[in-house]
Amino acid sequence: MKLTLDVWRQPDAASPGAFESYVVTDATAEMTLLELLDRLNDQLVEEGREPVAFESDCREGICGCCGVNVDGRPHGPEANTPSCEQHVRSFADGDHIVLEPLRSAAFPVVKDLVVDRSALDRVIQAGGHVAVDAGTAPDADTTRIDHETAEMALDFAACIGCGACVAACPNGSASLFTGAKLTHLAALPQTRQERGRRAVAMVDQMEHDFGPCSTYGECALVCPAGIPLTAIAAVGKERMRAFLRGRAS
Amino acid sequence: MTDDTTRPDTTQRETTPVLEPEAVRTVGSPLDGKVPDVPAEQAWDDRRLHYDLVAPANRRKFTVIVVGTGLAGAGAAAALGELGYQVECFTIHDAPRRAHSVAAQGGINAARARKVDNDSVHRFVKDTVKGGDFRGREADAYRLGQESVRVIDHMNAIGAPFAREYGGELATRSFGGVQVSRTYYTRGQTGQQLQVAGANALLRQVARGTVTLHTRQEMLDLVVADGRAQGIVVRDLVTGEVRAVTAHAVVLATGGYGNIYCKSTLAKNSNATAAWRAHKRGAHFANPSFIQFHPTALPLMSEWQSKTILMSESLRNDGRIWVPVRADDDRAPADIPEDERDYYLERRYPTYGNLTPRDVASRAARERIDAGFGVGPLKNAVYLDFADAIARLGRATVMSRYSNLFHMYEQATGDDPLRTPMRIAPGAHFAMGGLWSDYDLMTSVPGLFVGGEVGWGYHGANRLGANSLLSACVDGWFTLPYAVPGYLAPLLGTPPLALDDDAVLDAVEAVEARTQRLLKNEGTQGPDRFHRRLGEILYRCAGVSRTPEGLSQGITEIRALREEFWRDVRVLGEGTALNQELERAGRVADYLEMAELLCVDGLDRDESCGAHFRADHQTPDGEALRDDAAWCRVSAWESPAPDATDGRFVRHDEPLTFQAVPLQTRNYA
Repeated sequence: MKLTLDVWRQPDAASPGAFESYVVTDATAEMTLLELLDRLNDQLVEEGREPVAFESDCREGICGCCGVNVDGRPHGPEANTPSCEQHVRSFADGDHIVLEPLRSAAFPVVKDLVVDRSALDRVIQAGGHVAVDAGTAPDADTTRIDHETAEMALDFAACIGCGACVAACPNGSASLFTGAKLTHLAALPQTRQERGRRAVAMVDQMEHDFGPCSTYGECALVCPAGIPLTAIAAVGKERMRAFLRGRAS
Repeated sequence: MTDDTTRPDTTQRETTPVLEPEAVRTVGSPLDGKVPDVPAEQAWDDRRLHYDLVAPANRRKFTVIVVGTGLAGAGAAAALGELGYQVECFTIHDAPRRAHSVAAQGGINAARARKVDNDSVHRFVKDTVKGGDFRGREADAYRLGQESVRVIDHMNAIGAPFAREYGGELATRSFGGVQVSRTYYTRGQTGQQLQVAGANALLRQVARGTVTLHTRQEMLDLVVADGRAQGIVVRDLVTGEVRAVTAHAVVLATGGYGNIYCKSTLAKNSNATAAWRAHKRGAHFANPSFIQFHPTALPLMSEWQSKTILMSESLRNDGRIWVPVRADDDRAPADIPEDERDYYLERRYPTYGNLTPRDVASRAARERIDAGFGVGPLKNAVYLDFADAIARLGRATVMSRYSNLFHMYEQATGDDPLRTPMRIAPGAHFAMGGLWSDYDLMTSVPGLFVGGEVGWGYHGANRLGANSLLSACVDGWFTLPYAVPGYLAPLLGTPPLALDDDAVLDAVEAVEARTQRLLKNEGTQGPDRFHRRLGEILYRCAGVSRTPEGLSQGITEIRALREEFWRDVRVLGEGTALNQELERAGRVADYLEMAELLCVDGLDRDESCGAHFRADHQTPDGEALRDDAAWCRVSAWESPAPDATDGRFVRHDEPLTFQAVPLQTRNYA
């Protein structure tokens, strides 16, 4: 297959960027989007041109490293699928594809398709953890958690932290990400002590770096972990709960 | 590329001269593992009683460097931070959660033995030691089993949502190599959930100020002064700045080196550079040829395929593995009747069936594929079939157990495992070898500790499924926090090494010189091409099964490739910005050195054990034939000194003894 790629090239955060156009003539249907970039890069090196910087690591959809905008859509044409699991079979011979970094004010470009997503970690650092030191935990079986609750917690814990939700959101909101973590931890009784404090701290930090949620729902359409849109409701609910109760737990 | 790259080399037997081990190595002084001189089951209690302590008020006077933020690194950094030490933590990633522990999907073992299936700490040790084919330390396995109990409690408490039974208690399932159910799990995302919980616990310490986290920084050298590890040299991957950081001790938790095979189940950025640089500064490398080939990886399907995706071993709980009875059978799997299918694992190993240990399952698959019974377009796979499980349990139950794995498979291949069997093949996976360490997880360089897969511990020549998450968690959360303070205590009052010390300046200069050499080289081929060629050599010469001829050929080819690399590598871009080509080139350069040692170790170890299967050492029915009289020991290697004239590696032996689990032939039939 022959594919034309318009790729965003930007040497570093301080420099302006621009699209450059490249042609790959031997793309195959079973290639992933990132393998297509590998192929392109091999070609660029051969021609003595600097390869395109992009992030990827596990390439099996779980580390959350990868993420590019494909024709304006985070990760690519297939819904709820990370860039590393998007395949060339989604495109037709002769197609023109525009590849950009995930676009959001909270994610400055580092180089080419690589962005800085540390704003997400600042939200976690504010309170997305449980204050239990190693060796001090009680027997995990002493707190019974019914099967459905554990499964529900897992549905929300599945977030891979890729940031596609932020890039898809017209407001640049991180509500799906933050709400997923709040819902996951709120569901588990062993993390209850800090529930209110956690919600206030995480939401405050989120609002500092990211835009507000307008319930557009674009986030859930691109989320590779399939985090349901209900996660965003947890943001308001958990903070309101903390406010009404007026205490940490 | 074709599937030929994953086949053992049979063509070179007549043509390649076999290197005598003496031509490539000498034997040095033996090593002491410093295991307490008490029965193995008491060793950890005894050692903990004798560790020196650091009083709480003195802990902040010590700085510890932790490299890596996977399960072991995040655990060690967070636990040491909780205790009050000053921790400087480094990762190549943009966030600690990205470490490749995140992808270990299956589960985590724990010898909690709460059910009545006759599990116990002793049985855990027996399974682990036997699974490791008696090439790991027995006392280490005991410590692993003992601490496994509270690892589950801790990870549960910090937010890992373990699967629960309907009554609310923790659920378990079984994994390869055992006959009990001791694997705790969170669907098919156990590694992800443990990793995220651990990384978040690390961020809690960052917020508290006990841990300083440095993201997108790569360790490129170890600073050794006065015979002790006292710092590291890092390169900021975004700015290119090279600098040294000094401390009282250094913990490496940088993962395994399976990516040396290029197409592996590991993440693309997994690498051996930190470990290999430490090795070049004096840390012995133990059993480098012990690399496990995972039996349920996806087969290679195309030339540009960048890795081989791993399907969780948990699939073997319900999936049945088979190939057609007839060679080169081209029919679709649904058209092959039951009596024309060979469920070869159930046939050969009726007791363990589809849950035989990984090395056994991989070798059996390789044998069938090489004998012409492989399936799929390239005839390089075997079937993993869920039809029986769906008929027995119903589609809903099967989906509740494996839905995300099925989805992942469908994403990768376009096939739906509910309708047609999965195709799987052995892929390079977990490194059982690694930097040698003593019972305290300290390497042969005092002050340099290892945790998780970068070390060599516990798993001997093979690994039981669901033991790797466990060993990383135990090392990080429950072993290093005892052992590191024991090392630090006598150093009270000593400041960290000065940044203008000669040892620091020399190490920084060496890193800068190497970086410049790569950038200035006027070659024509990017580093990836060398990596792919190295992987082809290793799959062919040091793959699922090895021969002295193949390993000798490998050594010759690797030397030639390394020479070509330094002559012809092309690294585009600058050193003062994010430069992924430069990162890759540095890592491939290290792999090209390490690969030779990997083959030397395989050639030298004149026996079969676990994942190291030498075709010249097998029983009449094709099982691995160990030589306990000669090889019941660890080979811990030293690379030739830069000024050595004969270029031979030096092997140091640590003899292994087994008391609680007597030496026996592994038999899963």
